[in-house]
Amino acid sequence: MAFGVVASGGPDCHLFSGCGFPAPGAEIFQFDAILSFTIGGLAFNISKVTFLLFLAVVLILGFFGYAFRKPKLVPRGAQNVGELGYLFIRDGIVRETIGKGGDKFIPFLFSFFFLVWILNFWGVVPGAQLPVTSIFAIPVTFAIIVYVTWVPLGIYKQGFVGFFKNIMFPPGVPKAMYILLTPIELISNFLVRPFTHAVRLFANMFAGHLLLATFSVAAFYLLSFSVIGILGSAASFSLAVLLTGFEAFIQALQAYIFTLLAAVYIGSALHAEH
Amino acid sequence: MFEFATLLAAESEEMPSVLAVPLDELIIGLIAFLIVFGGLAKFVLPKIKVTLDERANLIEGGLERAGKAEEEAAAVLAEYQQQLAGAREEASAIRTAAQSDRTAIIEEARNEARNAAAVVTASAEAAMAAERAQAVAALTRQVGELALTLADKVVGEALSDDARVAATVDSFITDLERAAAN
Repeated sequence: MAFGVVASGGPDCHLFSGCGFPAPGAEIFQFDAILSFTIGGLAFNISKVTFLLFLAVVLILGFFGYAFRKPKLVPRGAQNVGELGYLFIRDGIVRETIGKGGDKFIPFLFSFFFLVWILNFWGVVPGAQLPVTSIFAIPVTFAIIVYVTWVPLGIYKQGFVGFFKNIMFPPGVPKAMYILLTPIELISNFLVRPFTHAVRLFANMFAGHLLLATFSVAAFYLLSFSVIGILGSAASFSLAVLLTGFEAFIQALQAYIFTLLAAVYIGSALHAEH
Repeated sequence: MFEFATLLAAESEEMPSVLAVPLDELIIGLIAFLIVFGGLAKFVLPKIKVTLDERANLIEGGLERAGKAEEEAAAVLAEYQQQLAGAREEASAIRTAAQSDRTAIIEEARNEARNAAAVVTASAEAAMAAERAQAVAALTRQVGELALTLADKVVGEALSDDARVAATVDSFITDLERAAAN
């Protein structure tokens, strides 16, 4: 992750070499297009982001396609691992939040969890070292997909009036409270929800990546023949390694949270909140 | 280290903001998701769902079968116990019957023996009576004859003196004793 930035500071940019700390910034989230083409007047830029995105698609379809190619009643090898993932989504997320009636949303949520997870996971994969979800457009896309799924679903299941009534006028509240509650519910459910859904994932990945980049760059920058340089460099390097492990955990957690929230939204569309 | 504000506001010509959402990235992201979702939902996940359902059915079926077997075993055990109790009852009935049979048989045997003994006694008594009667008859006849003979002899010997009469009687008695001894 750091090499591009290091290059921007120069390969000889170290402490006491008359070079300031080349702090990584927004530029580490910018990638040159490998390939550009225009469809219908819209320019498409195929960059490292796009490449990692489609590599994740291929990996997910490849792995699960292989694991479940001929499912056996007594699972072996890859099927065991795949089933673990499937049962995690089914029992840990779908049935927990929606109930058994949510089983038809398993593929939807399954896709989200593994796509988001692998895209996050690129952040700690040597060579890739970019959590694709730290590119804001990606979580925004996913949040929009979830939004345009649960809102029409709610209208379909509860009726247009029923759906909005259930959200704007939650039952079990004194009537006077609706003056306060209704605008809050309306804003929080229809405006804030998709926004936080996307930003939570994006900000976590963005910050994590920046943190890793900063310590990696610092480890390189501080490396010089001086006590403070060696100590600082070693400390930075250790932190970078430690944070990489921590990031791996955050990546899985954020994928889980994103999927869980999607399931909660779908659940709220299926059953009116009580 | 770095300034977040400048980072977010870095909307210079060559470097768009990190919060920019270009339409092409949205479309590419959507396509990527649709490929994953379509592939998994259509080709991959239905297979594993079928397998998992099948396995669940199998396990549930197994449990059901186990339950049924248990029920059957319980029924068999109850039947067996019932049979055992029946057999015990029967055995005790047989034992009681044998007991009473034995008494009856002994009683019968005793009666029979008693009867047989009575018959034997009766016949013996009858035989004795008959023999006695016969002996009495024979004796009577003999005594008569003897009396006659004695009378003859007494009459024949001129009843002259008492000594002769006494001798005759004595010789008669001696004759009788001899006869009896013979």
